[in-house]
Amino acid sequence: MSGSDRNGSPASLGCPVPTRKGEVIVLGHGSGGRLTSELVNRVFLPALSNPLLDCLNDSAEVQVGTSRVVFTTDSFVVNPLRFPGGDIGSLAVNGTVNDLAVAGGRPIGLSAAFILEEGLPIAELEAIVQSMRRAADRAGVAVIAADTKVVEHGKADGLFITTSGIGVVAGGIELGAERIQVGDAVLVSGPIGDHGIAVMSAREGLEFQTTTVSDSAPLNGLVSRMLESGGAIRCMRDPTRGGVATVINELAKSSGVEIVIEETAVPVRNGVRAACEILGLDPLYVACEGRLVAIVDSAGAEQVLAAMRHHPLGGSSCRIGAVIRSGGPRVLLRTAFGTTRPLDVLAGAQLPRIC
Amino acid sequence: MCLGIPGRIVGIVDEQGLRMGEIDFGGVTRKVCLAYVPEALVGDYAIVHAGFAISRVDEAEAARTLELAREIETRLAEEDES
Amino acid sequence: MKFLDEFRDAAAVRTLLERIRATITRPWIIMEVCGGQTHTIVHYGLDELLPREVTLVHGPGCPVCVTPIEMIDFAIELSTRQGLTLCSFGDMLRVPGSTCDLFDARAAGADVRVVYSPLDALDLARREPMREVVFFAVGFETTAPTTAMAVHQAARLKVPNFSVIVAHVRVPPAIEAILSADDNRVQGFLAAGHVCTVMGIDEYWPLVERFKVPIVVTGFEPVDLLQGVEMCVAQLEQGRAEVENQYARSVRNAGNVTARDLLAEVFIFVDRRWRGLDTLPKSALSLSDRYAAYDAIRRFGLTQARANEPMECRAGEVLRGLLKPTQCPAFGSSCTPDHPLGAPMVSSEGACAAYFRAGRLATAAAEETEAK
Repeated sequence: MSGSDRNGSPASLGCPVPTRKGEVIVLGHGSGGRLTSELVNRVFLPALSNPLLDCLNDSAEVQVGTSRVVFTTDSFVVNPLRFPGGDIGSLAVNGTVNDLAVAGGRPIGLSAAFILEEGLPIAELEAIVQSMRRAADRAGVAVIAADTKVVEHGKADGLFITTSGIGVVAGGIELGAERIQVGDAVLVSGPIGDHGIAVMSAREGLEFQTTTVSDSAPLNGLVSRMLESGGAIRCMRDPTRGGVATVINELAKSSGVEIVIEETAVPVRNGVRAACEILGLDPLYVACEGRLVAIVDSAGAEQVLAAMRHHPLGGSSCRIGAVIRSGGPRVLLRTAFGTTRPLDVLAGAQLPRIC
Repeated sequence: MCLGIPGRIVGIVDEQGLRMGEIDFGGVTRKVCLAYVPEALVGDYAIVHAGFAISRVDEAEAARTLELAREIETRLAEEDES
Repeated sequence: MKFLDEFRDAAAVRTLLERIRATITRPWIIMEVCGGQTHTIVHYGLDELLPREVTLVHGPGCPVCVTPIEMIDFAIELSTRQGLTLCSFGDMLRVPGSTCDLFDARAAGADVRVVYSPLDALDLARREPMREVVFFAVGFETTAPTTAMAVHQAARLKVPNFSVIVAHVRVPPAIEAILSADDNRVQGFLAAGHVCTVMGIDEYWPLVERFKVPIVVTGFEPVDLLQGVEMCVAQLEQGRAEVENQYARSVRNAGNVTARDLLAEVFIFVDRRWRGLDTLPKSALSLSDRYAAYDAIRRFGLTQARANEPMECRAGEVLRGLLKPTQCPAFGSSCTPDHPLGAPMVSSEGACAAYFRAGRLATAAAEETEAK
């Protein structure tokens, strides 16, 4: 394929790729960063807009009779299918449970739709589905509806799973970004970036050996403790793709505030830090799958933290920042030396670098 | 060009005629080519770039650099006074 | 992490800043050559901490930024061929070629893979003998030895399906070009510590003697950079012009002799037009005759056509420290990190991208001052 160069003269080189930048889906659209939100605003919201969807939360709450029902959906396309600390199955269960939990919902049931690639070994599928059962039991939930489809070899990276989940929000629980106030504290439930590094370490071309395992876990038990603690919780999110930086930006945007994160306060395991140094990545943008970020009234922050630390999944919970003023949205990072720099959403996914 | 990270050599092997090592970066280990640091031994630290050790860390120089950085006054200032 | 954390020590940083403040009496313009150094400066806000008399200018030491646009076009062209895998460092994927970038190529179905080391690309070629594997070799003298070893191994092990697009460039010609320009404002340099780890420091003496500017070989952590600035400022204040080595824990005067020997065997110096700058003599590497069979451009018969930058892009002036990114008319409007016109807006160390991020902070501070 050849084209002509910019001056129109016959060229030995032109861009062989049809220039449809902006006209086709690129991998960056799936990164959870700016490209993703642009796609949502350009394609999905205009077509599907309704008051619930427009909130752009991870789940939607509807009134069904006297019950407040939360409903969420998610899909899982991780590669490799199995990684230290989990697999696509346990990831799917935990991820769905977590979207319900951070909305204050008690998970009732999940559905799981499987897209299987022709050639996937059945033994591997069995192992993954059994792992889903174990994850569901751990979370105290069941997969109550399922579906399977098969696509030709080459169309599905082995296996894709799409889930949905329903939960019930008890009376008295009110969570939402609109409740965030200046002076609130930003908390995180544990060290960040474990999942992203665990998956990367298993990925071809970047192999390294690490004791880091995915933090994938169901957070509904932790959330219950937090809601019972007595501290006022404004809003919670589970950081997944795009990491902690991305969800904090989402919260700032939804509530229009300015948030400062203290770099030295953010917990990162040594193995994650080392892997990020080698690959040139910032842990704040690396995926988690078993952590939550909570914005709480600073008056009750210590109570909430105490409750979190008593739970096995919240032992390293800590305060990492504060909502400092309205008039945002803006997220800043204060370095160890006291300087600040913007902590923006990335356009696409972080790439390993040598420079 | 730039991203060179220090790590400790924990093992050395020959692979396809190339001197390779296991390097521990403090929680992460990776196989690294040691062909450019033939003098480096297990226990030494090396600077690693794009999968290759490009130098052996001179620990005495590292200590000296830090010591110089932490001095409240430079030796130049001391000379001015005397 | 040992030999990393100590060089990020806040107390040492404070001490160095105080000493610089105590020494400096007039404004000085200092250029840090390497993109990795720019990254640290922006990451920690070191330019905000330094006294106002020190102006840090970001140099062309971002190999991503200066990789000739034709090379990117070559890489994209090859990646679209059936049965061919293009391996690259992650840095290059979003750098625009004449009309698109490697990410776009991948989106259109090309087999583009990110690798951490050229040896990983060679391994792939050995594992998949039915595919042609091409490695896009960018970077300065720090990275060139890694490519050299991959090519040397390929020859030794007789791996026929492996080849390399050699886009390595050298630092000293760039410094010379900057210093030779009539409108040069740079008064001192922080040379690239990892480049000098390989090449040594001797080749900088002729530059110091000819142009009478201090050159301090500097590392990459906050303590290194501030110490490099301190040493450079001390020279400037005293009217000295010497080559000094701040990064002595990694850099020896002669550099890495084993690496330099293999570089001399595998590569020759050639003239090359740097993206955003002119043709610099003997500023780039190309495979020597002995290894020419591994040159992807030769193997696949790609012809070198001159590709053109978007007219608006003023990367050249920015890379030479003559234009602040904020002074470029396209900055922030038609050129942003999401839709970059030139390489310095793409790479996280590129001067334009660094200013773009910091600029938002400045605007916020200004708005705040107004509101009070």
